[in-house]
Order: sequence, then C-alpha cells, then structure tokens
Amino acid sequence: MAERLFHAEPAEALRIVPLDDFTLVFHRPSGLTHLVTAPAPEILAILAGGPRTRDALLQRLAEAYDLADPSPEALDARLAELVAAGLVRAA
Amino acid sequence: MGRPVTDAMLLAAALRDPAGFTETFSPSPFRAFGAPSLSHREREGAREAKPSGKGEGDNPNPWTTLLAMARAEQLLGTLAIRLDGQPMPAAAARILADARISIAGQRRAALWEAEAARRALAGVGCPIVLLKGTAFAAAGLRAGEGRSIGDLDILVPRGALDAVEAALLAAGWEWVKPDPYDDAYYRRWMHELPPLIHRDRDRMIDVHHTILPLTARITPDAGALIADSVALPSGLRVLAPNDMIVHAAAHLFADGDLAGGMRNLWDIHCLLEEFGAAGLAGRARHHGLWPAVARAARLAHALYGTAIPDDWRPRAALDPLYRRRLAARDGWGRPTRPLLRQAFYLRSHWLRMPPAMLARHLWTKWRKGHRPT
Amino acid sequence: MRHVFQVRIGPVGFRVGSDWRAPVARLEDLYAAYPRPEDGIPDFTVRLFAARPWRRWLRPSVTLGGDFVLPEAAPLPLSQGLLAAEMAMNLQMALGQRRYLLLHASTVERDGRALLMTGLSGAGKSTLAALLAARGWRLMGDEFALVDPETGRVHAFPRLVSLKNGAIPIVRAALPDARFGPLIAGTPKGDIRHLVPDAAAIARMDQPAEPALILFPRFGFAPARRPLGPSEVFVRLTQASTNYVALGERGFDALTRLVREVPARAIDYPDAEAAIAEVEALWAGL
Repeated sequence: MAERLFHAEPAEALRIVPLDDFTLVFHRPSGLTHLVTAPAPEILAILAGGPRTRDALLQRLAEAYDLADPSPEALDARLAELVAAGLVRAA
Repeated sequence: MGRPVTDAMLLAAALRDPAGFTETFSPSPFRAFGAPSLSHREREGAREAKPSGKGEGDNPNPWTTLLAMARAEQLLGTLAIRLDGQPMPAAAARILADARISIAGQRRAALWEAEAARRALAGVGCPIVLLKGTAFAAAGLRAGEGRSIGDLDILVPRGALDAVEAALLAAGWEWVKPDPYDDAYYRRWMHELPPLIHRDRDRMIDVHHTILPLTARITPDAGALIADSVALPSGLRVLAPNDMIVHAAAHLFADGDLAGGMRNLWDIHCLLEEFGAAGLAGRARHHGLWPAVARAARLAHALYGTAIPDDWRPRAALDPLYRRRLAARDGWGRPTRPLLRQAFYLRSHWLRMPPAMLARHLWTKWRKGHRPT
Repeated sequence: MRHVFQVRIGPVGFRVGSDWRAPVARLEDLYAAYPRPEDGIPDFTVRLFAARPWRRWLRPSVTLGGDFVLPEAAPLPLSQGLLAAEMAMNLQMALGQRRYLLLHASTVERDGRALLMTGLSGAGKSTLAALLAARGWRLMGDEFALVDPETGRVHAFPRLVSLKNGAIPIVRAALPDARFGPLIAGTPKGDIRHLVPDAAAIARMDQPAEPALILFPRFGFAPARRPLGPSEVFVRLTQASTNYVALGERGFDALTRLVREVPARAIDYPDAEAAIAEVEALWAGL
C-alpha cells in the first residue's frame, strides 16, 4: 500500500480558488465543485509537481507546509477522500 | 395540396433539411439555388403547423411547436446543432443556445461517469464496452453531437458480471431499491444487472452482458460484440460501427416499445451517414437482427433522407404503422395515438418473453399500477 | 389544449395550456400589464391537465405538466388552479433554466444596486420584499434571483409574490393600493394570496442591477447580525440554487465572483419593522 503512487489531475482539469480557511476546487472533467481545507490544497499543490508515494508526500508536507501532526493514517484517510472525489488517482 | 403536417414529421423535416426548413419560416429575399428537398406538403404543413387535438384555442408560432416536439423527443440539442447558423427569430436562437448548454453539461457528466467506472473496474481486467450515447460521445462520432445522454450503459462478458458487480459496490455504487419480484426477473432473464446508482453522484449505471434479454426470441452474439469492439485512448471500448447500428436497431424495435424512437432513429441515421452500410447486412444476419436493421434503415431513409443501398428500399407492409408510431407527438409535446402506442407496448413485451410468462408479468405489473405512457 | 395563456416575465417567456378556463382567466387578469413572450416563442411550456377524462368535471383536479415535471407531484384541486400554474412555472425555472444562475431569493433594487434576501422558506423573504417595495424599493422578484454569469448582474423576474398566512394582512396594510389575487385557503402551507408587482416593477423588468448586499434573514428571533465569510456564503448559496451544478463552470464563475465581491450578513429579527430598519441601516453603511 505504501508503494502506491498518487497522481494529481492535469493542471488544466482544475480551477482552484482560495477563499478563506476553505478553498474551492472546480473539477472540469466532472463539473463538480469541491470545498476543501488543509491539507487537501497542499496535497494537490505537491502532486501537481509529479506523482508521489504516500510516504514521500508525508515528508514533503511536513517540510514545505509545516503541517501539525504528520500521521500516516490521517494522510491515508485524506488521500482516500481525494481519490473518491476524483481529484487524485492511485496507480 | 395534401394535409398539413401536425405530428413530429415536422421535426423530422427540420432535422433533414435545416436550410429549407428555416427558409420556409423566414424566406430570404434571395432565392436559394438547387431544388428544395422539403416536399410541398411539408412546406405547407410547416406554415400552418398547429398542435393537433380537439379544441385548440391558440395558433402558436410554428417554432413553438417545433421546439416542444424536439424537447419531448429529446432532440432539442440535436436540433440546435443542425440549425446552427440558420436564420431564425431571436427567441428561438436563445432557446437553442440554452439547449446546447444543457447537452454540453450532460455530455461532460456522461463522460465522467464512464471515467469513474473505468477507474472502479480497473482491477477486474475485463473489457468494458461503452454503449449508446456515452459511446458516441466518447468516440467523437457525429451521432454524439448534440445528443442528450442519460445513464451509463456498459457491456461486459457474462463471466465477469460477479466481479464487476463487486467492484462497483466497493466503489460507491448501490442498488436502486429493488422490488423483490423485479430483482428475480432481472437477474434471471434480463440482459443486464439490476440498476445501480452511485451514492455521491446520484447517477445510474446499467451493466449489460448481451444486448437483448435472454428471454427474447433473438439471441445476438455477445461474444462477437466484445471481441470485435474497438479500443479508445482511455482504454474503454466501443462497439465496431456495424455492431453499433445493429445494437441501435435492436434497441429501437426488439427491446423497446418505440417511445423515443425518433432519437434512436437519428442515431442510426448518423451512424449510417458516417460509416456507410458495407458489411452491415451480413453482420446483422449473424446476430439474427437483419429484419430490425433493414426496417430501421428504411425508416431512417423515410424520416431523415439517409442514404441506403437501393435494394434495401422497398417498403414493407407495416412501415407506415411504425412511422405513425414514431411521429406520435403533438405541438404541446404530448404523446398521441394511444391505441397505437398500446399495441407497440404489448408487442415489445411479447418480443421479450414467452406468452405465458408475459401474461403473468404484465398482470403483476398491472396490479402494481404500471401503465404504458 | 383548450385554453392558453402566454406571458413574459423578465427574460423568460411562458405558455400555460389548461383544460379549464378558470386558471387561465385568473392568470390573464393578474398578469394583464405584462408583455407577451418575445417573438411569440415561449421558453417554457406548462400544462394544467386532467389526468383522467372524468377529472375535468368530477372533483376536478389539476395535474401539473410541461417541459419539466416531477412525476410524483400530487394534483391540486381546481380551486387552487392559480397556485398550480405558479408552482409549475417555478418548476420549469428550477429544472430548466440554463442561461442564468438561479438563487432562491427575493430581490429588490435601489439606485441600480440589488439587495438579495435568501434562506429557508418561511424566513420571510417574500414579506420583506413586499414591505421594501412599499417603501420605494423596486421589486425585482420574490422567488428567484437570476444572476448573469457573463456580467455578474442580477436580472429581474417579477412574478406574482406569494404571501402566506400572517404575512397577508401585514402586506395588505402596507400596500393598500396594490392588486391582490384571490385568497387560496386550505393549501398544505395554509392560506396563500398573491400580490401583483406594481407598475414600476413591471415597467423596469428589463433593467438588471449590480448585486450590492446578500442577506440571510431569520424571522422570530431577537435582533442580531453577523458577517459571513465567503466560503460559508458559497455553501449556503449552492444550497439555495437549483441549477448551480447544471451550469458547470459558468455557475462556478458566477458564484465565486458573487461571494468574493458582494458583502453578506446573517440577520435575525423579531418582526417585520425591525427587519426593515436593519436592512435600511445596513444598506446605508455599504
């Protein structure tokens, strides 16, 4: 499971509009709008630079965004939500 | 002079010859070159078009009638594409522009459903063949332009059904609440799983393993349909062109009661225009569906002017009845010709089931309050 | 269809076909000052029909039909035929409108700027709109606000204002010269009377306005006001829209622009007078 690679949707597929504590993500292929909060926008930003494994993502999140409580289980749950929403693909 | 056109043949005329049709309503000061392809009867009918039915109190603008019929036949988007650029009143142009927005949204949602199914079924490893409107759109066919698309229909090998069912349930689809009788009927006799709906997106998927029910007297070669299917860049597949036409014809006559037939026939028209008829008769015979394909081709030619081989053209005795059933729509978009519709509804079930089963099935449905529309 | 009525309300034209004369006569009477659909081609068709032939005369009941229908909708008695027509027109907009983003809100205008009041049914949006109209605001609509995705402006859609129960005497007192439809009693929501928008609202129905303030009013509470952040407004407005998803990216553009550019407040109020005072104060402070 830890070796699975997570891919973001291509950049042109998303419109990302930060509002306040929440960020809007419009997903063009599905026409669906998602309201997300940390760490989802940060995950999408990192994956926009290329696919990562869960562990690599965890490390990058801790480095770049100083996110509290970097727990692998919490990240698994966030990634599962993003995959179910169609914003991230697992290969 | 002939009787004016008061049914959905008006819509057929508009789709067949957009320039001629709009010229009838807003003739330009300059004569168009070339022979008009609308018959004189159709031109007169277009000018006088009124909704049929007793006691009509109004004399609507013929555009109002045309738009109501197109909407009722789910051909408004198609009409918008076909009439694009033709002269017309501003209100009609706006309504058709709105229709294009609608179908663009439907198209996007339909292609996303297909992609979501692809992702969910990636682990099953069987071929996934898209059917009907979603297939036309995914493959960029003319039949997909302007088409309204509803649920997702896919065809998979019968042996993979259990794995497909399990994968879809695991990925967020759930059963539409089944009636226990309907569920047993579906699983045992129909050509598809009972319908599934996605929990979050609220969209249905129909998983087929052949294109006609098992109880039908015609049994197409499902294996050949899948074996000869064509891969798209995404990995999803569509039927080979001749099989698409055979499926559309089967769906039109042998599976349904012809409700919505004008749209299905337009699909067939587009497919025949895009791919021609080479090899179609042989393929249709292989599936046992030549009479359906031949009749569909003749009706498409009659309604939409589809080019078909000369030796396919002689009219069969029942063709006019089919034509009347297909065009049974009035200027308010209501279905007309109830006795004819009833006859076709009963016939469609007769094709699906042996008579004893049919009697029991219809009786159960009747008691529960189902009525043909 | 035996009887037909056609009307244009703002940018949307309707035709209503009916098996009975009475609802059409009512509509013709109340909408007498309104224009007809542009080019004589309506955007939406509504049908009021008898589901079974005898239902035309025997305890006559009106089944709602049209371009867009809810199959499970129950028929209404003929005495509520006007209500049936209004509900069916609402349904066409709710299910079929694609040009404008629809928000379930009442809208009034002053000096070219629009105030939108939205929230749950029963919060008093229609009543407030009617009372503000009595104070010189232009009524743009009480059911749907139409937002143009290209320009961000709100377009007027001034249908008959639907007033319920206790609101009826309040508005009649505030607008003694206004036209009202018949009292329709015994509906699932109680008594209903329709207010006909005044001449100014009808004359200016083709003039859009810039949205300047969004209010989420709550009736029957001690006075309070609270600013709302854009993401909260966004979520609440998607809940108040029937066609946000159908509009796709245009809807996203329209709504993000609205929540980023237009201030929003939640206000609680104990009675109509307090609400009006609050609205005027907020408007003055913009």
